[in-house]
Amino acid sequence: VNPDLASERLTASFSVEELTARLDGGAEHTRMRRAIVGAIESDPVFSRENQYFQSQNERYEAAVRRAVYLQKKMREMGWTENGPEVKCIYRWLSGDIALLLHRIFMRSISVLGSEKQVAKWIPLATDYQIIGSYAQTELGHGTYLQGLETTAIFDIATQEFILNTPKISAMKWWPGDMGRSATHTVVFAQLYVHGKCYGVHPFIVQIRSLQDHLPCPGVTVGDIGPKMNFEHVDNGYLMLQNVRIPRENMLSKFCEVQPDGTYVRWGSQKINYFTMTAVRISILSEEVILPLMKACTIAVRYSAVRRQSKLKPFSGEQEAKILDYQTQQQKLLPQLAAAYAFHFINIYLHELFNSGYQEIQGRNFDSLPELHAFSSGFKAMVTQYCTSGVEICLRACGGHGYSLLSGLPSLYTKVLASCIYEGENTVLFLQTARFLIKCFKAASAGQPIPPSVTYLSSTKPRECPAKDKLDFLNPDIYMKAYEQTAIRLLSSSAAKLQHLILSGVEKHEAWNQCTVQLAKAAKAHCHYLTVKNFVATVEKLDNKAGIQKIMKHLCDLFALHGIFSNAGDFLYDGYLSGAQMDLVTASYLDLLAVIRKDAVPLVDAFDFTDKSLNSALGAYDGQVYQRLYEWAQKSPSNLQVSPAYAKYLKPLLQNTLSKL
Amino acid sequence: EALVINDPDFQHEDLNFLSRSQRYEQAIRKSALMVMKLREYGIADPEEIYWFKSFVHRGRPEPLDLHLGMFLPTLLTQATPEQQNRFFMPAWNLEIIGTYAQTEMGHGTHLRGLETTATYDPATQEFILNSPTVTSIKWWPGGLGKTSNHAIVLAQLYTQGQCKGLHAFIVPIRQLGTHEPLPGITVGDIGPKFGYDEMDNGYLKMDNFRIPRENMLMKYAQVEPDGTYVKPLNDKLTYGTMVFIRSIIVGDSARSLSRACTIAIRYSAVRHQSELKAGEPEPQILDYQTQQYKLFPLLATAYAFHFVGAYIKDTYHRISGDISEGDLSELPELHALTAGLKAFTSWTANAGIEECRMACGGHGYSRCSGLPDIYVTFTPSCTYEGENTVMMLQTARFLVKSYTQVISGQRVTGMVSYLNDLSTQRIQPQRVAARPVTVRINDPVSLVEAYKARAAWLVEAAEKNLQAELNHRKSKEDAWNRTSVDLVRASEAHCHYVIVKLFTAKLSEISNAAVRAVMTELCLLYALYGISKNTGDFLQAGILTDTQINQVNQRVKELLAVIRPNAVALVDSFDFRDDHLGSVLGRYDGNIYETMFEWAKKSPLNRTEVHESFHKHLKPMQAKL
Repeated sequence: VNPDLASERLTASFSVEELTARLDGGAEHTRMRRAIVGAIESDPVFSRENQYFQSQNERYEAAVRRAVYLQKKMREMGWTENGPEVKCIYRWLSGDIALLLHRIFMRSISVLGSEKQVAKWIPLATDYQIIGSYAQTELGHGTYLQGLETTAIFDIATQEFILNTPKISAMKWWPGDMGRSATHTVVFAQLYVHGKCYGVHPFIVQIRSLQDHLPCPGVTVGDIGPKMNFEHVDNGYLMLQNVRIPRENMLSKFCEVQPDGTYVRWGSQKINYFTMTAVRISILSEEVILPLMKACTIAVRYSAVRRQSKLKPFSGEQEAKILDYQTQQQKLLPQLAAAYAFHFINIYLHELFNSGYQEIQGRNFDSLPELHAFSSGFKAMVTQYCTSGVEICLRACGGHGYSLLSGLPSLYTKVLASCIYEGENTVLFLQTARFLIKCFKAASAGQPIPPSVTYLSSTKPRECPAKDKLDFLNPDIYMKAYEQTAIRLLSSSAAKLQHLILSGVEKHEAWNQCTVQLAKAAKAHCHYLTVKNFVATVEKLDNKAGIQKIMKHLCDLFALHGIFSNAGDFLYDGYLSGAQMDLVTASYLDLLAVIRKDAVPLVDAFDFTDKSLNSALGAYDGQVYQRLYEWAQKSPSNLQVSPAYAKYLKPLLQNTLSKL
Repeated sequence: EALVINDPDFQHEDLNFLSRSQRYEQAIRKSALMVMKLREYGIADPEEIYWFKSFVHRGRPEPLDLHLGMFLPTLLTQATPEQQNRFFMPAWNLEIIGTYAQTEMGHGTHLRGLETTATYDPATQEFILNSPTVTSIKWWPGGLGKTSNHAIVLAQLYTQGQCKGLHAFIVPIRQLGTHEPLPGITVGDIGPKFGYDEMDNGYLKMDNFRIPRENMLMKYAQVEPDGTYVKPLNDKLTYGTMVFIRSIIVGDSARSLSRACTIAIRYSAVRHQSELKAGEPEPQILDYQTQQYKLFPLLATAYAFHFVGAYIKDTYHRISGDISEGDLSELPELHALTAGLKAFTSWTANAGIEECRMACGGHGYSRCSGLPDIYVTFTPSCTYEGENTVMMLQTARFLVKSYTQVISGQRVTGMVSYLNDLSTQRIQPQRVAARPVTVRINDPVSLVEAYKARAAWLVEAAEKNLQAELNHRKSKEDAWNRTSVDLVRASEAHCHYVIVKLFTAKLSEISNAAVRAVMTELCLLYALYGISKNTGDFLQAGILTDTQINQVNQRVKELLAVIRPNAVALVDSFDFRDDHLGSVLGRYDGNIYETMFEWAKKSPLNRTEVHESFHKHLKPMQAKL
């Protein structure tokens, strides 16, 4: 181990092993995870060492191979699709595998299908007799579902639905695993019966032959071409021309077209959205927070190894570790704090959704609006924050950060996609804002409101009581500041909206004129709840092995960094004074120096193996330069003779004179 | 431009579908061709070469960049006449292809830390070059990996047992004729990166590699045959090159952001989504306030940076005139200012390009949008030619120095002259910024004053904190480090002020009334949006009140609606041709969806109707289960 990293580990103020166990949810979970990771890593099929060198075709093929091999491996090891092991496996794979949409396909059938449909399709899918995808987004429409243009027309004579892509913008576009792999897909289409449109419904459509894998008649399907990342995924397009499917292929747990064409509905239509709502939350851990944790691990370890300039120019001492520069700490440590904050809010959201799911299974939809608001707002905030966090880590690693071998570019291009899929972030913030405005009105009218927003009816306090910079390490002080800011941003948006409507502006136009403010209010709400949850989590920890103390520091840092970065919102209307803002800044900068000492142990606690980080800069032993050099030598550009020399360079070097 | 665009030799398949090796090959092909054509058309002016090159490669990097941009110019400025005779013409004729090897694995921005050594051996009159550690391996130089046969290597010079600091040496690295590495040289490509696929950034390791004494660039410093070292006269001159390169990056920031804005705004005018009013057709997404709020401030920023880039270039040319007459007095300020502006504009443009991409939803993520490519090509400029945070701190050093001069009773000139006002304020106990400024939010000139007050406030605050740290701690360096977050903020505020000031000054130069009107709107939007994003500073410094902040926020949104009708025209004015933009979403004709479908069909994964993976993996799996 590089002595620069070893020394960082000697001075940890807490037990890394203990913290890892907390993050995993118990020491036995840590043991299980490590055992599974060990089993996978020992298998060369899962090695990702060459991934940075591979072409789109090679990556796709490797991902399919892994997916197939994983099935075999799971059988061998006795891991089941619903067992606790699966989570660890996918955490390790971090999405670099094909057929992930197959799981979404199965889940949507389970949630949206009738018992009969579940009985028919799930066994087929479980045995991979069919491979599924999930086709919602179209070329012309993404987040706005009602705008989808694919049609499914019921034909009473044959008891079939006729599916069509009436124009080019209606082509399905983006669904994963559909370009090359899938045989079936769940298509979302506008349902027409007797010429009447009943809105968007899901249909199971076979798109490729089960014999030769060629597209079925009427189906045009292919890959949508290279993207910023996800080279291994065959995101696809799909055009349907008079494709007929039996009546039984419309997923009908909540509504059905009967043989005579009667449309019946049981239960709320909102249920269609529950899958989506749950997916938004389910992506957070693996696809959003994990990349930030990895990026922090890489950047922090590298910053403890990289030395640059001397802090004291003429002294004989070594050049300083870049982690000792305040500007470097200010880039990285808030990201580290955020990674922990989001880990904890994610646990909270999962608990909330699990109980919500129980209720919905019992056909009680009361909690749906709040869950929907939660999933929208937090998905938007967490993805936005983590994306910028990963990019900050990338740019904090100087030139080497841009090498694919650092692992950071691919983490970044992957996490940033999460800002768009499963709902575009601005649209999602506005959905949360709509919910908040409703609650705010209800609170003003003295009506009951959901638990997450009861703070909206709290009384307006005068000013922040803090007098000393240490006061800002008191969670009650900063939580109140966040609360006040969230309330003010929302109430001023509500007032403006009200004012516009009263002055005769049409409702929709008034809403549009307030959207910048409303999105900001929704974000402030989520930020506040994240701080509040972090505080609550810290309070529940005991201080065994120094865990609570270091988590309290991180919680303070997360909160104060938020105030420092959004100073205007807290200064406005004088809740915090200018002098208090100076205290916040002082306290915030002090915390950087404190957390600096534990920075490496804090990323060690995430417990990523070197193989899962797949980074020359971030390995546990800190042998950065050696690894970078050896890895680069394996690049195909160094193994093959480039045809460019013989074809172009040689003539250029040797014949130019004669040609000139 | 037309010369290149209409030349069939410069056409090629869509780069997005090519592998890295194929992209390198295409770039080399075009570069070789370009050199021939430059000679054929007799183009020799550096400015014209730059334009020709940027059309051939459509603004993308290419393997000969370092040869043309660094190797040849360094020969011109640092080689003796004898050396020029030996190397320049062969290099000009491309018998020698060179690169510039400065950065090492372990050191980039901090040049003094470089570890490569060149030890003089008087017995043979040679320098012995060595890469003594792994960290000393040269790493990143463009064109080094596969293309070059020579490199200008920066190394610590040792002669007569003493280290004389960094010097430049011409080192042959590959055999002429076979292109094989010479004995003692290990050279190769550093592997795939985030973008720059066509560039063979390379590594270079030297083991007791000997070059003749005459290969040290000796126009300034010299080593005599017996090993006596002769010192150079003036080392400030290197500032000039740095200023020049940074001014190019500022211009690049403007161009890259303009391209991204063009794509995002045109696409937003074509894309329809959702409904504003129930029952009505879906509106263009450009009609949503949130979309305007994302894009129009960036559009204003792109224009602002254009003016800043032009200003730096002009100032540089003016000062270069002075320098050749021996007047170096303005150089320190320009050097300090360009460091900060390089960082400020590249950070802002970097974030802006990403914002544009996000504003295009899912399709922005597809490589057909062109936005991923603009981003990966641009983003390294936050790091190369001086890491941005280090740049900001350089500017801060100058600001602090100027501030100290003012306090000690001297006057300062140029962009920092506002600091002079501080001396009169210092008699009063309160902070300078508590001085009431009456800000008129519809008057750009008044907004310049507001930005000035903010910069003054932050410079003073940073300096005060620095003093406080100095009073508490032992060393200057610790104090500087513990204040660096404040110092960076002060530099940013200073740069922001300079940009608002330059944009405002530009308005009076525009003679066409309609153009001036729309530019004034953009200038106001730029200035007011900057305030609304930094309300904390303006409130805390007492420059603006809560009510004024409200007005600023309101005015920003009004301006969005005002600019909306001109938005597409404003990006059309950037005048990027479709093949230069390289974007399906940003096409001039807006024919997006059909083109995207046609593009996708060419994807490598679509080459066969059934992918081979089906036969290799999926089918056996289905059979087995």
